[in-house]
Amino acid sequence: MKTVLAASTAMMLAVPAMAEPTAEVLHWWTSGGEAKSVAVLQDQFKAEGGTWTDMPVAGGGGDAAMTALRARVLAGNAPTAVQLKGPAIQEWYEETGLADISAVAEENGWADVLPEQLAAHMKCEDQWCAAPVNVHRVNWIWGNKKILDDNGITMPATWEEFNAAAEKLKAAGITPLAHGGQNWQDATVFETVVLGLGGPEFYQKALVDLDPEALKSDTMKQVFDELRTLRGYVDDNFSGRDWNLATAMVMNGEAAFQIMGDWAKGEFLAAGKQPGVDFVCWPTPGNGFLYNVDSFAFFEVEGDDKQQGQQLLAKLIVGPEFQKTFNLNKGSIPARTDVALDEFDDCAKQSSADMNADAGDGSLLPSYAHGMALRGAQAGAITDVVTAFFNSDMSSDDAVQQLADAVANSM
Amino acid sequence: MEWLERNVPKLVLAPSFVAILVFVYGFIAWTAWISLTKSKLMPRYEIDGLGQYTRLFAAPRWDVAMNNLYIFGALFIIISMLIGLMLAIFLDQKIRAEGVLRTIYLYPMALSLIVTGTAWKWILNPGLGIQDMMRDWGFANFTFDWLIRPEMAIYTVVIAAVWQASGFVMALFLAGLRSVDTEIIRAAQVDGIPTRRIYTAIIIPTMAPIFLSAFIVLAHLAIKAFDLVIALTNGGPGYATDLPATYMYAMAFSRGDLGQAAASAMIMMMVIFAIVVPYLYSELRPRRDQ
Repeated sequence: MKTVLAASTAMMLAVPAMAEPTAEVLHWWTSGGEAKSVAVLQDQFKAEGGTWTDMPVAGGGGDAAMTALRARVLAGNAPTAVQLKGPAIQEWYEETGLADISAVAEENGWADVLPEQLAAHMKCEDQWCAAPVNVHRVNWIWGNKKILDDNGITMPATWEEFNAAAEKLKAAGITPLAHGGQNWQDATVFETVVLGLGGPEFYQKALVDLDPEALKSDTMKQVFDELRTLRGYVDDNFSGRDWNLATAMVMNGEAAFQIMGDWAKGEFLAAGKQPGVDFVCWPTPGNGFLYNVDSFAFFEVEGDDKQQGQQLLAKLIVGPEFQKTFNLNKGSIPARTDVALDEFDDCAKQSSADMNADAGDGSLLPSYAHGMALRGAQAGAITDVVTAFFNSDMSSDDAVQQLADAVANSM
Repeated sequence: MEWLERNVPKLVLAPSFVAILVFVYGFIAWTAWISLTKSKLMPRYEIDGLGQYTRLFAAPRWDVAMNNLYIFGALFIIISMLIGLMLAIFLDQKIRAEGVLRTIYLYPMALSLIVTGTAWKWILNPGLGIQDMMRDWGFANFTFDWLIRPEMAIYTVVIAAVWQASGFVMALFLAGLRSVDTEIIRAAQVDGIPTRRIYTAIIIPTMAPIFLSAFIVLAHLAIKAFDLVIALTNGGPGYATDLPATYMYAMAFSRGDLGQAAASAMIMMMVIFAIVVPYLYSELRPRRDQ
């Protein structure tokens, strides 16, 4: 606050009119809980004397917002801050350049409070160019507590255990796995199996470095075999089902498990279900943490008011207060590791503990299915193969070959 | 004054002419240019050659999209025309309440394809729609699950599209039937020619231009089909019902692969040209008998 005041006082001496920090923020957080979360930021920004212009663009999981962004950038009038994530930040940096917010980052010691892997996503070459908002863990498996207890099933630690539990449930006439046949959901299941069967090192090689050897390896074949097995645990009606409807199946006792990121928790909580009592959250079998981090990137803008707006926004976004309130609303966990988690639920606490533990041993990894590991063309190429495999009777041998070809073709 | 009189039509047409020149042909040229570059997230203008087309033809998903276009296009056009013609002929029998029936058949055309797609998604969903209903009625083995079978899903798109378009084709054909010279038909009736013969030998041949118009309208509907697929199957299961238009959308707007999207758009345009150019040629060629 003091620095802002000092800066604005200095500005007042230099120019006749005082430059107020202004920000035009392009985002696609338009649904209930999300809109509430972004309003928190808006209030804080206004409380610091800023002028906030909201630019929400709903639709297509951000596709519509990206189209709007492209139009604005082509017109030479980029918004102040844009909800962007993963390698797309660096891709935009290469295309158009992004503003340098290193001053704010260094002043507030971001490097000390953010896990190294997450911080790397926020940097373009050596400068900071984006601010992380939250961390969603993708590799969760959600279980209906009552079904599991009734059938004497504990949460599985390996995929064999999962298969055994699923067979038991299937014999008892319960759909073992609630799943929606949308390509990103297929991809989500796929990446958790890659992590579970291959381990963090294999995941890194296959889905981050795109090593052709790893993509065609026997481990990858086993992954596809397991995916085929999982397909047998899904009910016949899964095509095109939205993820929240699949969550509802677990909630209502129609299905036992769902593999989904921790946004599913919001559905349980909104329905008044208690973690540990009505539903169980458990990391998917295997060791590791797949993260999906939302962040805001800052484009190069002209004018002191806008640049000040960027600085202020960046400071607020990574500030402990916003990180806490926002993530309580959104169901994710703070990207900062020094936020007290007392008010968070048990799933979030476990998520945070795992993140800190995994950050040390290299098993904190970016989710490919949610655009954190790869650029759009490569991620899309992999998803095409995965979803085609999941929805047909393709053999695992063909699948790994197609996977390697598709990745090579997408370069 | 005289100059004005001569040039007013040109002046009035000029703005729309310029607009079409820029916004249609200009952007076609721009897309062609982009398809030859390595554009990713944003357009780039350095020509790179035919790399995007090589990538396009190597993509299995594009093969599926083109095959689907052929299946969907052929079945959609043929079935819509057959049903449309049949309905038109039946309606043409001077039946009672023809106006009401005509409106009922034409009505699906008034719906947006998104609505059609969503409604049919529910009707065809095995757990909600026809299959579930038949099973509730006691036909326990009744199965109609095309929507969730990758090899059959494209036919559900055909069903929904035919439902939507055949009423419109019927209206076209009905107008055609009514425009046939009644004198000829009466003469044929006087000669004792059976009704079926009158239709196959006199009425339908004289309606040839209507067939051509119906074909052109349906063909371009088929090639640009997009919203129906998005609403009905969203390209799924997997990408089994992808069409070139949905492929292009995915590349341009979800994946940040503009070059690839531009290349697929150019191929789509060539497919349209392959159909429309012969039509234009036959329409614009000076007729010998005139």
